[in-house]
Amino acid sequence: MKAVEIQELKKTFDGENYVLKGLNLDIEKGNIACIIGFSGTGKSVLLKHLLGLYRPSSGVISILGKNIADLQDSEISSFRCNFGVLFQDAALFDDMSTLENVMFPINEYRKDLSYKERKDLAAAKLDQVGLGKEHFHKLPSQVSGGMRKRVGLARAIALDPDIILYDEPTTGLDPIMTEMVDDLILSTHRSRTGITSIVITHDLHAAFRLGDEIAMLDKGKVLLKGTAEDFFNTDIDLVKRFVEKGVKKT
Amino acid sequence: MKVEKNLQDNFIFQSLTHIGGYFIFTKQSMQWLFRAPYRWPEFFKHMEFIGNKSVFIICLTGFFTGMVLSFQIYLGFSLINAENLVGPTVGLGIFRELGPVLTGLIVSARAGGAMAARLGTMRVTEQIDALDVMGISPLQYLVSPRVFAATICMPLLTAIFDAVAMLGSYLLGVHFLGLDEALFIDKVNNMIDPSHINEGLFKAACFGFVFGTVCTYQGYNAKGGARGVGDATNAGVVISMVSIIVMDFFLTKLIRIYLGWTSL
Repeated sequence: MKAVEIQELKKTFDGENYVLKGLNLDIEKGNIACIIGFSGTGKSVLLKHLLGLYRPSSGVISILGKNIADLQDSEISSFRCNFGVLFQDAALFDDMSTLENVMFPINEYRKDLSYKERKDLAAAKLDQVGLGKEHFHKLPSQVSGGMRKRVGLARAIALDPDIILYDEPTTGLDPIMTEMVDDLILSTHRSRTGITSIVITHDLHAAFRLGDEIAMLDKGKVLLKGTAEDFFNTDIDLVKRFVEKGVKKT
Repeated sequence: MKVEKNLQDNFIFQSLTHIGGYFIFTKQSMQWLFRAPYRWPEFFKHMEFIGNKSVFIICLTGFFTGMVLSFQIYLGFSLINAENLVGPTVGLGIFRELGPVLTGLIVSARAGGAMAARLGTMRVTEQIDALDVMGISPLQYLVSPRVFAATICMPLLTAIFDAVAMLGSYLLGVHFLGLDEALFIDKVNNMIDPSHINEGLFKAACFGFVFGTVCTYQGYNAKGGARGVGDATNAGVVISMVSIIVMDFFLTKLIRIYLGWTSL
Protein backbone atom coordinates (compact mmCIF):
# COMPACT_ATOMS: atom_id res chain seq x y z
CA MET A 1 0.00 0.00 0.00
CA LYS A 2 1.17 3.50 -0.80
CA ALA A 3 1.43 6.05 2.01
CA VAL A 4 2.02 8.93 -0.40
CA GLU A 5 1.15 9.23 -4.09
CA ILE A 6 2.00 12.42 -5.92
CA GLN A 7 1.02 12.89 -9.54
CA GLU A 8 2.00 15.78 -11.82
CA LEU A 9 2.39 18.19 -8.90
CA LYS A 10 3.00 21.76 -10.05
CA LYS A 11 3.47 24.84 -7.91
CA THR A 12 3.99 28.47 -8.80
CA PHE A 13 3.89 31.44 -6.42
CA ASP A 14 3.85 34.24 -8.99
CA GLY A 15 1.98 32.56 -11.85
CA GLU A 16 5.12 32.61 -13.96
CA ASN A 17 7.97 30.59 -12.43
CA TYR A 18 7.26 27.03 -11.38
CA VAL A 19 9.07 25.66 -8.32
CA LEU A 20 7.58 22.18 -8.83
CA LYS A 21 7.15 21.23 -12.47
CA GLY A 22 5.03 18.10 -12.69
CA LEU A 23 6.55 16.08 -9.85
CA ASN A 24 5.62 12.37 -9.58
CA LEU A 25 6.50 10.38 -6.47
CA ASP A 26 5.19 7.30 -4.63
CA ILE A 27 6.23 6.28 -1.12
CA GLU A 28 5.41 2.83 0.23
CA LYS A 29 3.78 2.54 3.64
CA GLY A 30 6.23 1.45 6.34
CA ASN A 31 9.30 2.66 4.47
CA ILE A 32 11.85 5.34 5.19
CA ALA A 33 11.92 7.59 2.14
CA CYS A 34 14.71 10.13 1.77
CA ILE A 35 14.27 13.11 -0.52
CA ILE A 36 17.57 14.64 -1.51
CA GLY A 37 18.74 17.35 -3.87
CA PHE A 38 20.68 20.56 -4.21
CA SER A 39 19.44 23.69 -2.50
CA GLY A 40 16.54 25.39 -4.26
CA THR A 41 15.25 22.28 -6.01
CA GLY A 42 11.88 22.33 -4.25
CA LYS A 43 12.42 19.94 -1.31
CA SER A 44 10.95 22.25 1.33
CA VAL A 45 8.11 23.30 -0.97
CA LEU A 46 7.30 19.61 -1.45
CA LEU A 47 7.32 19.09 2.32
CA LYS A 48 4.89 21.98 2.83
CA HIS A 49 2.59 20.46 0.20
CA LEU A 50 2.66 17.13 2.03
CA LEU A 51 1.62 18.92 5.21
CA GLY A 52 -1.12 20.86 3.45
CA LEU A 53 0.54 24.18 4.29
CA TYR A 54 0.68 24.96 0.54
CA ARG A 55 -2.04 24.23 -1.99
CA PRO A 56 -0.81 22.80 -5.30
CA SER A 57 -1.26 24.89 -8.46
CA SER A 58 -2.19 21.61 -10.15
CA GLY A 59 -1.74 17.88 -9.61
CA VAL A 60 -2.74 15.29 -7.04
CA ILE A 61 -1.28 14.64 -3.59
CA SER A 62 -2.79 11.53 -2.10
CA ILE A 63 -1.80 10.74 1.48
CA LEU A 64 -3.08 7.55 3.12
CA GLY A 65 -5.62 7.37 0.30
CA LYS A 66 -6.93 10.94 0.61
CA ASN A 67 -6.30 13.69 -1.94
CA ILE A 68 -5.39 16.55 0.33
CA ALA A 69 -5.84 19.10 -2.45
CA ASP A 70 -9.58 18.38 -2.26
CA LEU A 71 -9.84 18.83 1.51
CA GLN A 72 -11.24 21.97 3.12
CA ASP A 73 -8.99 23.89 5.55
CA SER A 74 -10.80 22.45 8.58
CA GLU A 75 -10.49 18.91 7.16
CA ILE A 76 -6.77 19.42 6.55
CA SER A 77 -6.36 20.56 10.16
CA SER A 78 -7.84 17.35 11.54
CA PHE A 79 -6.05 15.25 8.90
CA ARG A 80 -2.73 16.62 10.11
CA CYS A 81 -3.09 14.52 13.28
CA ASN A 82 -1.72 11.69 11.11
CA PHE A 83 1.58 13.57 10.84
CA GLY A 84 4.47 14.16 13.16
CA VAL A 85 7.02 16.70 12.00
CA LEU A 86 10.54 17.35 13.13
CA PHE A 87 11.40 20.83 11.90
CA GLN A 88 14.88 21.98 10.90
CA ASP A 89 15.42 23.91 14.14
CA ALA A 90 12.92 21.76 16.06
CA ALA A 91 10.47 24.74 16.26
CA LEU A 92 9.94 24.25 20.01
CA PHE A 93 7.69 26.73 21.79
CA ASP A 94 10.25 28.85 23.57
CA ASP A 95 8.06 29.81 26.53
CA MET A 96 7.42 26.17 27.46
CA SER A 97 9.74 23.67 29.12
CA THR A 98 10.79 20.56 27.21
CA LEU A 99 8.17 18.48 29.02
CA GLU A 100 5.44 21.07 28.33
CA ASN A 101 6.43 21.09 24.65
CA VAL A 102 5.87 17.34 24.41
CA MET A 103 2.69 17.55 26.49
CA PHE A 104 1.25 20.24 24.21
CA PRO A 105 -0.20 17.98 21.47
CA ILE A 106 -1.17 15.39 24.10
CA ASN A 107 -3.13 18.04 26.04
CA GLU A 108 -4.91 19.04 22.83
CA TYR A 109 -5.91 15.60 21.62
CA ARG A 110 -5.91 13.26 24.60
CA LYS A 111 -8.39 14.95 26.87
CA ASP A 112 -9.62 11.47 27.83
CA LEU A 113 -6.44 11.07 29.91
CA SER A 114 -5.90 12.58 33.34
CA TYR A 115 -3.23 15.25 33.80
CA LYS A 116 -0.91 12.70 35.41
CA GLU A 117 -1.41 10.22 32.57
CA ARG A 118 -0.66 12.92 30.01
CA LYS A 119 2.45 13.93 31.90
CA ASP A 120 3.58 10.31 32.13
CA LEU A 121 2.98 9.83 28.41
CA ALA A 122 5.09 12.90 27.59
CA ALA A 123 7.81 11.70 29.96
CA ALA A 124 7.77 8.29 28.25
CA LYS A 125 8.21 9.93 24.84
CA LEU A 126 11.13 12.00 26.14
CA ASP A 127 12.59 8.85 27.61
CA GLN A 128 12.19 7.11 24.23
CA VAL A 129 14.42 9.74 22.60
CA GLY A 130 16.96 9.46 25.40
CA LEU A 131 16.18 12.53 27.51
CA GLY A 132 16.29 12.06 31.27
CA LYS A 133 14.17 13.70 33.95
CA GLU A 134 16.89 16.25 34.71
CA HIS A 135 16.09 18.00 31.39
CA PHE A 136 12.30 18.02 31.70
CA HIS A 137 12.01 21.50 33.19
CA LYS A 138 14.58 23.24 31.04
CA LEU A 139 13.51 25.80 28.47
CA PRO A 140 14.51 25.18 24.82
CA SER A 141 17.05 28.01 25.12
CA GLN A 142 18.76 26.12 27.96
CA VAL A 143 19.46 22.90 26.04
CA SER A 144 21.87 22.07 23.19
CA GLY A 145 20.94 21.81 19.51
CA GLY A 146 21.00 18.01 19.65
CA MET A 147 18.72 17.96 22.69
CA ARG A 148 16.31 20.34 20.99
CA LYS A 149 16.09 17.87 18.09
CA ARG A 150 15.35 15.08 20.57
CA VAL A 151 12.59 17.12 22.20
CA GLY A 152 11.24 18.03 18.75
CA LEU A 153 11.17 14.35 17.82
CA ALA A 154 9.50 13.41 21.11
CA ARG A 155 6.81 16.01 20.37
CA ALA A 156 6.47 14.72 16.79
CA ILE A 157 5.80 11.15 17.98
CA ALA A 158 3.69 12.15 20.98
CA LEU A 159 0.42 11.13 19.31
CA ASP A 160 1.85 8.05 17.55
CA PRO A 161 1.40 9.43 14.01
CA ASP A 162 1.33 7.24 10.89
CA ILE A 163 3.73 9.47 8.97
CA ILE A 164 6.75 11.27 10.41
CA LEU A 165 8.39 13.99 8.37
CA TYR A 166 11.91 15.18 9.05
CA ASP A 167 12.91 18.54 7.57
CA GLU A 168 16.73 18.64 7.26
CA PRO A 169 17.11 16.89 10.63
CA THR A 170 20.91 17.03 10.74
CA THR A 171 21.59 20.49 9.34
CA GLY A 172 23.99 22.43 11.54
CA LEU A 173 24.95 19.47 13.74
CA ASP A 174 28.44 18.03 14.22
CA PRO A 175 29.19 14.52 12.87
CA ILE A 176 28.63 12.77 16.22
CA MET A 177 25.34 14.53 16.79
CA THR A 178 24.38 13.82 13.16
CA GLU A 179 24.91 10.11 13.72
CA MET A 180 22.93 10.28 16.94
CA VAL A 181 19.97 11.92 15.14
CA ASP A 182 20.16 9.32 12.36
CA ASP A 183 20.10 6.53 14.96
CA LEU A 184 17.15 8.22 16.60
CA ILE A 185 15.25 8.32 13.29
CA LEU A 186 15.95 4.61 12.77
CA SER A 187 14.95 3.60 16.31
CA THR A 188 11.78 5.72 16.14
CA HIS A 189 10.89 4.16 12.81
CA ARG A 190 11.40 0.67 14.18
CA SER A 191 9.55 1.38 17.44
CA ARG A 192 6.17 0.73 15.83
CA THR A 193 5.18 -1.17 12.68
CA GLY A 194 3.57 0.71 9.82
CA ILE A 195 5.21 4.09 10.42
CA THR A 196 6.22 5.85 7.22
CA SER A 197 9.17 8.21 7.60
CA ILE A 198 9.96 10.91 5.06
CA VAL A 199 13.34 12.57 5.47
CA ILE A 200 14.15 15.73 3.54
CA THR A 201 17.91 16.09 3.55
CA HIS A 202 20.95 17.06 1.57
CA ASP A 203 23.11 14.72 3.67
CA LEU A 204 23.81 11.90 1.23
CA HIS A 205 25.46 9.71 3.83
CA ALA A 206 22.33 9.84 6.01
CA ALA A 207 20.09 9.21 3.01
CA PHE A 208 22.03 6.07 2.01
CA ARG A 209 22.09 4.86 5.59
CA LEU A 210 18.43 5.47 6.39
CA GLY A 211 16.54 5.29 3.13
CA ASP A 212 14.60 2.25 1.95
CA GLU A 213 13.86 4.43 -1.03
CA ILE A 214 15.63 7.60 -2.10
CA ALA A 215 14.38 10.25 -4.49
CA MET A 216 16.56 13.00 -5.89
CA LEU A 217 14.86 16.22 -6.93
CA ASP A 218 16.15 18.60 -9.56
CA LYS A 219 14.39 21.62 -11.05
CA GLY A 220 11.07 20.69 -9.46
CA LYS A 221 10.99 17.10 -10.72
CA VAL A 222 12.17 13.70 -9.50
CA LEU A 223 15.43 13.03 -11.31
CA LEU A 224 15.97 9.53 -9.93
CA LYS A 225 14.16 7.31 -7.45
CA GLY A 226 15.56 4.05 -6.17
CA THR A 227 17.79 2.42 -3.59
CA ALA A 228 21.32 3.46 -2.61
CA GLU A 229 22.62 0.93 -5.12
CA ASP A 230 20.64 2.54 -7.94
CA PHE A 231 22.31 5.84 -7.10
CA PHE A 232 25.80 4.33 -7.31
CA ASN A 233 25.06 2.59 -10.60
CA THR A 234 23.24 5.40 -12.39
CA ASP A 235 24.28 6.95 -15.71
CA ILE A 236 22.65 10.29 -14.98
CA ASP A 237 25.49 12.79 -14.89
CA LEU A 238 24.02 15.15 -12.29
CA VAL A 239 23.26 12.28 -9.89
CA LYS A 240 26.78 10.88 -10.38
CA ARG A 241 28.30 14.25 -9.48
CA PHE A 242 26.00 14.65 -6.47
CA VAL A 243 26.94 11.17 -5.23
CA GLU A 244 30.68 11.72 -5.80
CA LYS A 245 30.64 15.04 -3.92
CA GLY A 246 28.48 13.62 -1.15
CA VAL A 247 30.64 10.53 -0.66
CA LYS A 248 33.88 12.58 -0.72
CA LYS A 249 32.46 14.95 1.91
CA THR A 250 31.52 12.13 4.29
CA MET B 1 1.49 38.27 -17.72
CA LYS B 2 3.94 41.21 -17.60
CA VAL B 3 1.10 43.66 -16.96
CA GLU B 4 -0.03 41.45 -14.08
CA LYS B 5 3.54 41.41 -12.64
CA ASN B 6 3.80 45.22 -12.87
CA LEU B 7 0.45 45.52 -11.16
CA GLN B 8 1.65 43.29 -8.31
CA ASP B 9 4.71 45.51 -7.79
CA ASN B 10 2.53 48.61 -7.67
CA PHE B 11 2.39 50.36 -4.27
CA ILE B 12 -1.37 50.85 -4.39
CA PHE B 13 -1.92 47.20 -5.30
CA GLN B 14 0.30 46.09 -2.42
CA SER B 15 -1.46 48.40 0.02
CA LEU B 16 -4.86 47.12 -1.07
CA THR B 17 -3.60 43.54 -0.72
CA HIS B 18 -2.50 44.30 2.84
CA ILE B 19 -5.78 45.99 3.74
CA GLY B 20 -7.75 43.09 2.29
CA GLY B 21 -5.49 40.62 4.08
CA TYR B 22 -5.99 42.50 7.35
CA PHE B 23 -9.77 42.38 7.12
CA ILE B 24 -9.80 38.68 6.25
CA PHE B 25 -7.37 38.00 9.12
CA THR B 26 -9.56 39.99 11.54
CA LYS B 27 -12.74 38.23 10.41
CA GLN B 28 -11.17 34.79 10.78
CA SER B 29 -9.70 35.65 14.20
CA MET B 30 -13.13 36.73 15.42
CA GLN B 31 -14.74 33.57 14.07
CA TRP B 32 -12.18 31.44 15.91
CA LEU B 33 -12.94 33.30 19.13
CA PHE B 34 -16.39 31.70 19.29
CA ARG B 35 -15.32 28.17 18.38
CA ALA B 36 -14.41 25.45 20.86
CA PRO B 37 -12.01 24.71 22.41
CA TYR B 38 -12.07 28.12 24.11
CA ARG B 39 -8.61 29.35 25.03
CA TRP B 40 -9.34 30.78 28.49
CA PRO B 41 -5.85 30.15 29.94
CA GLU B 42 -4.30 32.00 27.00
CA PHE B 43 -6.82 34.82 27.36
CA PHE B 44 -6.03 35.32 31.06
CA LYS B 45 -2.29 35.10 30.37
CA HIS B 46 -2.58 37.95 27.85
CA MET B 47 -4.91 39.91 30.14
CA GLU B 48 -2.16 39.76 32.73
CA PHE B 49 0.47 40.87 30.21
CA ILE B 50 -1.54 43.65 28.56
CA GLY B 51 -3.45 44.75 31.65
CA ASN B 52 -1.57 44.15 34.89
CA LYS B 53 1.84 44.88 33.50
CA SER B 54 0.69 48.21 32.02
CA VAL B 55 -0.85 49.54 35.23
CA PHE B 56 2.28 51.20 36.57
CA ILE B 57 3.17 53.06 33.38
CA ILE B 58 -0.48 54.07 32.92
CA CYS B 59 -0.63 55.46 36.48
CA LEU B 60 2.62 57.36 36.01
CA THR B 61 1.56 58.88 32.70
CA GLY B 62 -1.95 59.59 33.90
CA PHE B 63 -0.77 61.37 37.04
CA PHE B 64 1.56 63.74 35.21
CA THR B 65 -0.91 64.30 32.35
CA GLY B 66 -3.56 65.34 34.87
CA MET B 67 -1.14 67.72 36.57
CA VAL B 68 0.25 69.37 33.44
CA LEU B 69 -3.22 69.76 31.92
CA SER B 70 -4.48 71.39 35.12
CA PHE B 71 -1.55 73.75 35.19
CA GLN B 72 -1.94 74.86 31.56
CA ILE B 73 -5.70 75.31 31.90
CA TYR B 74 -5.23 77.17 35.17
CA LEU B 75 -2.81 79.61 33.48
CA GLY B 76 -5.34 80.34 30.73
CA PHE B 77 -8.47 80.43 32.87
CA SER B 78 -6.89 82.67 35.51
CA LEU B 79 -6.77 85.43 32.86
CA ILE B 80 -10.58 85.48 32.78
CA ASN B 81 -11.12 84.60 36.46
CA ALA B 82 -12.50 81.15 35.62
CA GLU B 83 -10.11 79.11 37.76
CA ASN B 84 -13.04 77.21 39.28
CA LEU B 85 -13.64 75.52 35.94
CA VAL B 86 -10.21 73.93 35.87
CA GLY B 87 -11.47 70.62 37.38
CA PRO B 88 -14.37 69.95 34.99
CA THR B 89 -12.38 71.13 31.96
CA VAL B 90 -9.56 68.76 32.81
CA GLY B 91 -12.14 66.03 33.47
CA LEU B 92 -13.89 66.46 30.13
CA GLY B 93 -10.58 66.45 28.28
CA ILE B 94 -9.28 63.41 30.11
CA PHE B 95 -12.46 61.31 30.09
CA ARG B 96 -13.41 61.92 26.50
CA GLU B 97 -10.11 62.29 24.65
CA LEU B 98 -6.79 62.15 26.44
CA GLY B 99 -7.59 59.13 28.61
CA PRO B 100 -8.44 56.68 25.82
CA VAL B 101 -5.99 58.15 23.28
CA LEU B 102 -2.93 58.28 25.55
CA THR B 103 -3.73 54.87 27.05
CA GLY B 104 -4.11 53.50 23.52
CA LEU B 105 -0.79 54.97 22.41
CA ILE B 106 1.10 53.76 25.49
CA VAL B 107 -0.37 50.25 25.54
CA SER B 108 -0.04 49.78 21.78
CA ALA B 109 3.64 50.73 22.01
CA ARG B 110 4.27 48.46 24.99
CA ALA B 111 2.01 45.45 24.52
CA GLY B 112 1.27 45.78 20.79
CA GLY B 113 4.98 45.93 19.94
CA ALA B 114 5.63 42.89 22.11
CA MET B 115 2.76 40.99 20.44
CA ALA B 116 4.07 41.74 16.95
CA ALA B 117 7.62 40.77 17.94
CA ARG B 118 6.48 37.57 19.64
CA LEU B 119 4.33 36.39 16.75
CA GLY B 120 6.99 37.46 14.23
CA THR B 121 9.61 35.39 16.04
CA MET B 122 7.23 32.44 16.19
CA ARG B 123 6.64 32.79 12.44
CA VAL B 124 10.31 32.90 11.41
CA THR B 125 11.30 30.06 13.77
CA GLU B 126 8.49 27.86 12.35
CA GLN B 127 6.62 27.70 15.68
CA ILE B 128 3.43 28.84 13.91
CA ASP B 129 3.94 26.13 11.26
CA ALA B 130 4.41 23.63 14.10
CA LEU B 131 1.01 24.61 15.53
CA ASP B 132 -0.51 24.32 12.07
CA VAL B 133 0.81 20.82 11.47
CA MET B 134 -0.45 19.73 14.89
CA GLY B 135 -3.91 20.63 13.59
CA ILE B 136 -4.23 23.57 16.01
CA SER B 137 -5.36 26.84 14.49
CA PRO B 138 -2.69 29.49 15.20
CA LEU B 139 -5.38 32.13 14.79
CA GLN B 140 -7.42 30.57 17.56
CA TYR B 141 -4.48 29.81 19.83
CA LEU B 142 -2.31 32.88 19.29
CA VAL B 143 -4.36 35.70 17.80
CA SER B 144 -7.94 35.60 19.12
CA PRO B 145 -7.00 35.56 22.85
CA ARG B 146 -4.60 38.48 22.35
CA VAL B 147 -7.15 40.60 20.47
CA PHE B 148 -9.91 39.80 22.97
CA ALA B 149 -7.62 40.55 25.92
CA ALA B 150 -6.55 43.88 24.36
CA THR B 151 -10.19 44.84 23.76
CA ILE B 152 -11.19 44.04 27.36
CA CYS B 153 -8.07 45.50 29.02
CA MET B 154 -8.11 48.87 27.30
CA PRO B 155 -11.30 50.26 28.94
CA LEU B 156 -10.04 49.01 32.32
CA LEU B 157 -6.68 50.70 31.87
CA THR B 158 -8.38 53.86 30.60
CA ALA B 159 -10.54 53.95 33.72
CA ILE B 160 -7.38 53.75 35.83
CA PHE B 161 -5.74 56.46 33.72
CA ASP B 162 -8.80 58.71 34.13
CA ALA B 163 -8.92 58.24 37.90
CA VAL B 164 -5.20 58.84 38.41
CA ALA B 165 -5.20 61.86 36.07
CA MET B 166 -8.06 63.41 38.05
CA LEU B 167 -6.17 62.72 41.25
CA GLY B 168 -3.12 64.51 39.78
CA SER B 169 -5.31 67.41 38.71
CA TYR B 170 -6.90 67.62 42.17
CA LEU B 171 -3.57 67.50 44.02
CA LEU B 172 -1.97 70.17 41.88
CA GLY B 173 -5.03 72.39 41.73
CA VAL B 174 -6.03 72.23 45.37
CA HIS B 175 -2.67 71.88 47.13
CA PHE B 176 -0.34 73.89 44.88
CA LEU B 177 -2.44 76.32 42.84
CA GLY B 178 -4.73 77.19 45.72
CA LEU B 179 -8.06 76.25 44.15
CA ASP B 180 -10.99 75.77 46.47
CA GLU B 181 -11.36 72.07 47.25
CA ALA B 182 -15.15 72.08 47.65
CA LEU B 183 -15.67 74.06 44.44
CA PHE B 184 -13.29 71.78 42.53
CA ILE B 185 -15.19 68.65 43.57
CA ASP B 186 -18.62 70.23 43.18
CA LYS B 187 -17.92 71.52 39.66
CA VAL B 188 -16.52 68.16 38.59
CA ASN B 189 -19.58 66.39 40.02
CA ASN B 190 -22.01 68.76 38.34
CA MET B 191 -20.43 69.04 34.93
CA ILE B 192 -19.11 65.55 34.30
CA ASP B 193 -21.76 63.11 33.22
CA PRO B 194 -21.30 59.28 33.25
CA SER B 195 -21.88 59.37 29.49
CA HIS B 196 -18.61 61.32 29.13
CA ILE B 197 -16.76 58.51 30.86
CA ASN B 198 -18.59 55.88 28.81
CA GLU B 199 -17.62 57.68 25.61
CA GLY B 200 -13.95 57.35 26.53
CA LEU B 201 -14.29 53.72 27.60
CA PHE B 202 -16.05 52.82 24.35
CA LYS B 203 -13.27 54.48 22.37
CA ALA B 204 -10.68 52.63 24.43
CA ALA B 205 -12.26 49.25 23.62
CA CYS B 206 -12.18 50.16 19.91
CA PHE B 207 -8.51 51.20 20.18
CA GLY B 208 -7.68 47.94 21.94
CA PHE B 209 -9.33 45.95 19.18
CA VAL B 210 -7.49 47.93 16.51
CA PHE B 211 -3.99 47.71 17.98
CA GLY B 212 -4.58 44.05 18.87
CA THR B 213 -5.54 43.09 15.33
CA VAL B 214 -2.97 45.34 13.61
CA CYS B 215 -0.01 44.16 15.70
CA THR B 216 -0.94 40.47 15.54
CA TYR B 217 -1.51 40.77 11.77
CA GLN B 218 1.93 42.30 11.27
CA GLY B 219 3.66 39.73 13.47
CA TYR B 220 1.73 36.80 12.06
CA ASN B 221 2.76 37.74 8.52
CA ALA B 222 6.42 38.54 9.29
CA LYS B 223 8.85 37.31 6.63
CA GLY B 224 12.58 36.73 6.69
CA GLY B 225 14.73 36.53 9.80
CA ALA B 226 15.45 39.05 12.55
CA ARG B 227 15.00 41.94 10.14
CA GLY B 228 11.52 40.73 9.22
CA VAL B 229 10.57 40.59 12.90
CA GLY B 230 11.91 44.13 13.41
CA ASP B 231 10.00 45.42 10.39
CA ALA B 232 6.80 43.73 11.56
CA THR B 233 7.15 45.22 15.06
CA ASN B 234 7.86 48.66 13.68
CA ALA B 235 4.95 48.52 11.23
CA GLY B 236 2.61 47.17 13.91
CA VAL B 237 3.35 49.96 16.37
CA VAL B 238 3.37 52.79 13.82
CA ILE B 239 0.15 51.70 12.08
CA SER B 240 -1.57 51.17 15.44
CA MET B 241 -0.63 54.62 16.72
CA VAL B 242 -1.68 56.41 13.56
CA SER B 243 -4.90 54.38 13.40
CA ILE B 244 -5.76 55.30 17.01
CA ILE B 245 -5.38 59.02 16.35
CA VAL B 246 -7.26 58.94 13.05
CA MET B 247 -9.96 56.69 14.46
CA ASP B 248 -10.42 58.95 17.46
CA PHE B 249 -11.76 61.70 15.22
CA PHE B 250 -14.24 59.45 13.44
CA LEU B 251 -15.35 57.76 16.66
CA THR B 252 -15.98 61.14 18.27
CA LYS B 253 -18.04 62.17 15.31
CA LEU B 254 -19.92 58.89 15.33
CA ILE B 255 -20.66 59.04 19.04
CA ARG B 256 -21.61 62.69 19.27
CA ILE B 257 -23.32 63.35 15.97
CA TYR B 258 -24.78 60.05 14.81
CA LEU B 259 -25.40 58.22 18.06
CA GLY B 260 -25.99 61.29 20.22
CA TRP B 261 -24.72 59.46 23.28
CA THR B 262 -23.36 62.40 25.20
CA SER B 263 -24.54 65.84 26.21
CA LEU B 264 -22.32 68.96 26.09
